[in-house]
Amino acid sequence: MTARTPDRATSTTSAAIRVAQSRPVQELGEIFAVARVGEYYQFTVIAPGVAAGFQPGHFVAVAVGGENTSMVLRRAFALYGATPSGKFAGTVQFVVAAHGPGTRWLVQRRPGELLDLVGPLGTPFPMPSGPAPAVLVGGGYGTAPLIPLTEALLSAGSTVEMIVGAASAAKLFGELVAKRLVGGVTVTTDDGSAGIQGRVTDVLPAAIERINAEVVYACGPMPMLRAVGDVARAHAIHAQVAVEEAMACGIGVCMTCVLPVRGADGASRFVRSCVEGPVFDADRVRWADVGTLPDDLVGADAMAGH
Amino acid sequence: MTDLTATLGTLTLPNPVLTASGCAAAGRELHQFFDVGTLGAVVTKSIMSRPRSGRATPRMAETPSGMLNSIGLQGPGIDSFIENDLAWLAAHGARTVVSIAGGHTDEYVEITRKLNGNPAVSMLEVNISCPNVENRGQVFACDVLASSRVIGAVRRAADPDVPVFAKLSPDVTDITLIARACADAGADGFSLINTLLGMVIDTDTMAPALGGITGGLSGPAIRPVAVRCVWQVKRVLPHLPILGMGGIRSGLDALQFILAGASAVSVGTAVFGDPTAPVRVLAELEVALEERGFASLADAVGYAHRAPAQRLVPAAPEAAAS
Repeated sequence: MTARTPDRATSTTSAAIRVAQSRPVQELGEIFAVARVGEYYQFTVIAPGVAAGFQPGHFVAVAVGGENTSMVLRRAFALYGATPSGKFAGTVQFVVAAHGPGTRWLVQRRPGELLDLVGPLGTPFPMPSGPAPAVLVGGGYGTAPLIPLTEALLSAGSTVEMIVGAASAAKLFGELVAKRLVGGVTVTTDDGSAGIQGRVTDVLPAAIERINAEVVYACGPMPMLRAVGDVARAHAIHAQVAVEEAMACGIGVCMTCVLPVRGADGASRFVRSCVEGPVFDADRVRWADVGTLPDDLVGADAMAGH
Repeated sequence: MTDLTATLGTLTLPNPVLTASGCAAAGRELHQFFDVGTLGAVVTKSIMSRPRSGRATPRMAETPSGMLNSIGLQGPGIDSFIENDLAWLAAHGARTVVSIAGGHTDEYVEITRKLNGNPAVSMLEVNISCPNVENRGQVFACDVLASSRVIGAVRRAADPDVPVFAKLSPDVTDITLIARACADAGADGFSLINTLLGMVIDTDTMAPALGGITGGLSGPAIRPVAVRCVWQVKRVLPHLPILGMGGIRSGLDALQFILAGASAVSVGTAVFGDPTAPVRVLAELEVALEERGFASLADAVGYAHRAPAQRLVPAAPEAAAS
């Protein structure tokens, strides 16, 4: 297996210590259902091999465009859920936003068609060792992986509050499911077309204080994750955030999806979002340095002249 | 059953399908999907003397039938590579071609010496598509003298039993001139081809899409360029073996390279879209050779160079019809 970041086991207090690795499989799965949810498409695909190893935070990489496509790279989607695999075929669910040629092809697929999946991929959300009050923050379809995480936290006896935000009402995802799962759900939109007008971080401090949260989990756009991390730090708790970084392979061989991350040894390195992530402790990610090559990164000194 | 034994100089492999440098890391991740020991060999990501961070992101842009990358050879450095990656490959029974890179000739030599005597090394692939820090960043592979100096130095420094292959860039006026110079300097064969230099502008930001501004183009888009380079080098240096690569994603793609003169092939970018591509390509290649009546892979190497009268193996009906 791939080397793990050494800081996993020691990164947080009572929260975040249980992380197990699943072996990914490649599987041709039949589409069972495609449902329109706001601006998104929710796929249910029969893929028992992927479903078998699923934990909240895992993602799946989907081939797009068909056999002779000119699109050579897979598209990565956070898993929204997976049924336990048993005697009958397990299914996995993920949510697609059509914003490019690959995802536009994907949302035109219909039940009965086959998709080539690789998964489960990535390092899932670390779970608290026992019951721990948690606030979960989803931006846009970033709420998707937080739904199975909510279920896992609830079944472990944790108190959960959710904040579901987006730019507008049509870009919200999972609001109703969230409300079915937990009592405390706050909705925010940038334009005020649903819930409270504002950003998720406007309402996050009150949510943390209401339940005396010990950990924050988040998934959504990079600036949101950074802001969530800042709020968590101000409350002296950890934020475990799932990033969306452009990936070519999703399995750890291509090195395109790296982020500057500070390790337990204090040294910063470019680490892979697909294997060491997509979930990171927000405090370890050097958000301000994303998209740059900081001088103090391990190996940055060797880049001179290249 | 077609005999798939592949020969790259003094190295004999049970089959002709390898990974491509930079597209399989050091084998661990792909081993989750198939036994890397079943491949002809694993070609590791180019290693340099010191740990390297690689370049700033974004490092990748998808392009029509391909992709552009600007990773900047992120890697752990040769010492860690030998201790961790090479040891892992040996423990898992994988034959290993080590790709080496450097900023100056001495760096290539230093890395070569550290690999000497290590039984896990089956072959060296010398990535000379690096900027030469001693010559204003001029890429070694684009300069006859610089190419031959590096290859000559590595050949002299390396174990005599270990073949040294020069990996050439297609971004030159005449690839056969560079190939001849490397052959004169002692290259035991060639890896053809490295990526083509390319660029993408993001029309939303109206700026270069990659952090490194330019990047290496790979994938099926470059396959005809790669087949052409294999053909040209085989024509002028028929006695030297070629490891062919560039956009191979099926057995028939691989067969094109073999017929053009490659003795083995590397599957690269296809792995990003299909992690089991190398084993699938091997299975498809075996079927394709059988269908065409080849008793052995060796019989097919360079077959397209033969004049019609010399084509002893009749084309398979299916192949002729397609």
